[in-house]
Amino acid sequence: MRQQRSIFDGIDWVLVLLYLTLVFMGWLNIYAAVFNEDAQSIFDTTQRYSKQLIFIGLSVFVALVILLIDGKFYRTFAVPIYAINMLLLVVVLFTAKEVAGARSWIDIGPLKLQPAEFAKSATALALAAFLSGINTRMQDLQTKVIAGVILAIPAALILLQNDTGSMLVFGAFALVLYREGLSGNILLLGLAFAVLFIFSLLFTPLTMLIILGSIGLIAFLFQRKKTWKLGLGIGGILVVLMGFVYSVDYLFNNVLEPHQQVRINVLLGKEDDPKGAGYNVNQSKIAIGSGGFAGKGFLKGTQTKYDFVPEQTTDFIFCTVGEEWGFLGTFVVIALFTALILRILYISERQRSAFTRIYGYCVASIFLFHFMINIGMTIGLMPVIGIPLPFFSYGGSSLLGFTILLFIFIKLDGYRLQQLR
Amino acid sequence: MYVVMGIVLLVSLTFLGRLFYIQVIDDSYQLSAENNVLRYQTEYPARGLMYDRNGELLVYNEAAYDLMVIPRQAKEVDTAAICEILGIERDQFTRRMVKAKAYSWRKPSVFEKQISAETYAMLQEKLYRLNGFFVQKRTLRKYPNPIAAHLLGYVGEASQRKLEQDPYYKRGDYVGISGLEKAYEEELRGKKGVKVVMVDVFNRNKGSYKDGKYDTVAVAGKTLTCSLDAELQAYGERLMQNKTGGIVAIEPSSGEILALVSAPTFDPNLLVGRTRSDNYRALQKDTLKPLFNRALMSEQNPPGSTFKLINALIGQQLGVVGENTKYKCPRGYISGNFRMGCHDHRSPLNLRESVQHSCNAYYGNVFRNIIDHTGKPWEGFRIWRKHVMSFGLGHKFFTDLPIEYSGIVPSNEFYDKYYGKNRWKSLTIISLAIGQGELGTTPLQLANMTAAIANRGYYYPPHLVKAIDGEPIKNRFTERQETTIEKKHFEPVIDGMEMVFQQGGTGYRSRHDSIVMCGKTGTAQNPHGEDHSIFVCFAPKDDPKIALAVFVENAGGGSKYGAPIASLMVEKYLLDSISRPHLEQPVLEANLIDPALKIKPE
Repeated sequence: MRQQRSIFDGIDWVLVLLYLTLVFMGWLNIYAAVFNEDAQSIFDTTQRYSKQLIFIGLSVFVALVILLIDGKFYRTFAVPIYAINMLLLVVVLFTAKEVAGARSWIDIGPLKLQPAEFAKSATALALAAFLSGINTRMQDLQTKVIAGVILAIPAALILLQNDTGSMLVFGAFALVLYREGLSGNILLLGLAFAVLFIFSLLFTPLTMLIILGSIGLIAFLFQRKKTWKLGLGIGGILVVLMGFVYSVDYLFNNVLEPHQQVRINVLLGKEDDPKGAGYNVNQSKIAIGSGGFAGKGFLKGTQTKYDFVPEQTTDFIFCTVGEEWGFLGTFVVIALFTALILRILYISERQRSAFTRIYGYCVASIFLFHFMINIGMTIGLMPVIGIPLPFFSYGGSSLLGFTILLFIFIKLDGYRLQQLR
Repeated sequence: MYVVMGIVLLVSLTFLGRLFYIQVIDDSYQLSAENNVLRYQTEYPARGLMYDRNGELLVYNEAAYDLMVIPRQAKEVDTAAICEILGIERDQFTRRMVKAKAYSWRKPSVFEKQISAETYAMLQEKLYRLNGFFVQKRTLRKYPNPIAAHLLGYVGEASQRKLEQDPYYKRGDYVGISGLEKAYEEELRGKKGVKVVMVDVFNRNKGSYKDGKYDTVAVAGKTLTCSLDAELQAYGERLMQNKTGGIVAIEPSSGEILALVSAPTFDPNLLVGRTRSDNYRALQKDTLKPLFNRALMSEQNPPGSTFKLINALIGQQLGVVGENTKYKCPRGYISGNFRMGCHDHRSPLNLRESVQHSCNAYYGNVFRNIIDHTGKPWEGFRIWRKHVMSFGLGHKFFTDLPIEYSGIVPSNEFYDKYYGKNRWKSLTIISLAIGQGELGTTPLQLANMTAAIANRGYYYPPHLVKAIDGEPIKNRFTERQETTIEKKHFEPVIDGMEMVFQQGGTGYRSRHDSIVMCGKTGTAQNPHGEDHSIFVCFAPKDDPKIALAVFVENAGGGSKYGAPIASLMVEKYLLDSISRPHLEQPVLEANLIDPALKIKPE
């Protein structure tokens, strides 16, 4: 077994470099979004860019600590870490004050922590630990159920906090399960239902009945053997699908909050409301679109700086990139994120340890989900779901959470050379 | 792995495609961004000032302040303080806020228009406690002398029609609505400037856009030098107090209007500021019609005997009467069964004397000679009409006057229609001989006619502005208009006009010892009670400096009020003093508006 010479030995510098680049660019854009002419120094602690600088320092420190800890620690303590995090999520429910409709923060002295951000790493560790077990096979029903429960607990607790965005992130783990042998058909079925779901929102149940009925009829007519059994089968499927359509209709109208209904309607183009619920997305597109090819230049953005874009340092930070750096800037950021995710996938595949591989897939899926939803939202391709853009959005918990998520993976990867050699 | 990587790449490429489209291909977002952040603030230029011919200020601008409110920002406002300063009730405050909110939450609305300087000072102290309230500067027109309201006109917000016609104006802009303010709107308004500033989402100013690269500077309006003599104008308005009618005084050598009085008049300051619409309504409802400019608009009244001057001139030009031609006057003009009465004077009279005594019989003869000199009355009439029109009667001058009526000089067609084609003769229309009948002249036209006589045969179209920004005007108004009468024919008529002020003349009482005045009385019969008193006059005889027409409604004959007023105006203008209180006093004291209070002359 090779001896570890320093904590940096064997770590993947490409990932570290990508991380540092993204964090630096993120900070520049927070600075630009908050910047105003009569601004104080960058160390003015009332300003978000100064606070973010402190969070970056803290994150680098935590990253170093993660690298210092022995690689075996994470696998060994995966379950306790998971348990503690779940406990924190429960505590939040009882102690947190409501901020913008959600109960997500714990106050620890001057610090405000958002346990949901850390629950992602913990869940990833727990899922990796469980699935990498010697006797675990994805094909078993029991495995599916337990994996489902591991994901469902944090998802449910976060949903109770009224933080729908973070809850949906746990859906990203489906990709991990797929990699570990979950049948693609199940995912496709899920996708098909998602499409059906969107159609159900777009059209009235009666229209849906006509559409589905026609498809069923055509399917039946094109079959060579037109047995009554086949017809009954198709009819049965039709009944199930229509049941689904009606449930969606019912859920949408009776379970979703009005603001959620409006958001979805705006995205689907059923409502045009540039001053109301569509305001965010409209302003966001204006900011990004007005950047043009080369952008307006650093600190020259007007839409973000003058607060036309809401949440411009957090969920809509990508607008600042788009406005000040133009298509060149957005291209670079997307390229960097793509490189990061692909690099994590690539590294995951070279692992001998199933634990590290699964964990890596979890990390990649989480980044992919955030990347896809957040940027998609700013350019009007996704509904407005309030989740941060990793490393860019302002916020200590989110930055720290993503740093921990990534650096545990970097540590595990670096550790592989010392393992089983 | 490849499936997952494929998903990653698919997402990235979708994003890049979308970003390329909205950032590089679609320009509309650029425009929306500018609409968001750029505000084109209009810099209002100062409106041009107006001076009289002697450099006395007639119109200037005074700063006024509007209290504005942005409802969105108006939180935790010290309502009591505002109510106290503005002197309004609390429910009035609430009502105004509701109105402002109905207009816009984010855009400023006027909360109180044109607050006074004192109120402004009080507000200034409290503004820091009044979130969302601020004061916006505007300028208002101000008139140091409350004179010439009809001429100067007033400014008001541009109407919907104006906005549609001229893209220069934006909602809320001020525009000249009447008088010189309207006639010289383009000169007075100056040029608006634009300042491009950036604002944030709350419409707060964030400074100049690109260091003012796209800004334009406001150019102040031009200064007008009016032809008016403010002192003369004020004196004329004083003489006309408690009377209805008009005075028009013209400098014959230039056509410049020295005074143009329409009575009753009003204080031009009434049509300024927050009380304008109320005052305007009140003036509109006034039964004496103070808004009606009698000097320019009363065209229905015949010129009366002043018109004999024109007939005397035409008669000479056509050679049908000479300066020594004498006619008897058997207390009227008699032709067959027809009789046109005259007053008691000696007889026979020559041309000069006929002017002095205003003999009707003399002009009955002259007029018949004119009309019948070719043997065909309609031909004679056509010639007569051409000469009459050459004095500026029967048509407009189209100069810079606020409004102008053309008056009436009947045409052949008019009489053809009335009596049948050429089925009329000189006797049918004999009242034209003494300026009655179908004739109609405005006081302005009478004054101009007098100026043409004073000049012995020409006039300049009457106008109100001498110079713009110190540059003397040079246009149609400065082009000499010739009458159709030769110069030599004027002398006997002017001599007669001089004799009007001599013993036996109709204006004898209004003579002046040192000024040689030439005048002519007139009396316009009208269906609304007593005759209108008319007097035309110029002076001095040999170097005319002022020509004027006075027209006093329902005041009796021309010598009663017309002549004294004209004479006093001449004295005021030429000598700048009044030496005849016995003449001035009865005029100032006369109240001809309420018939019950009418003072009997002499």
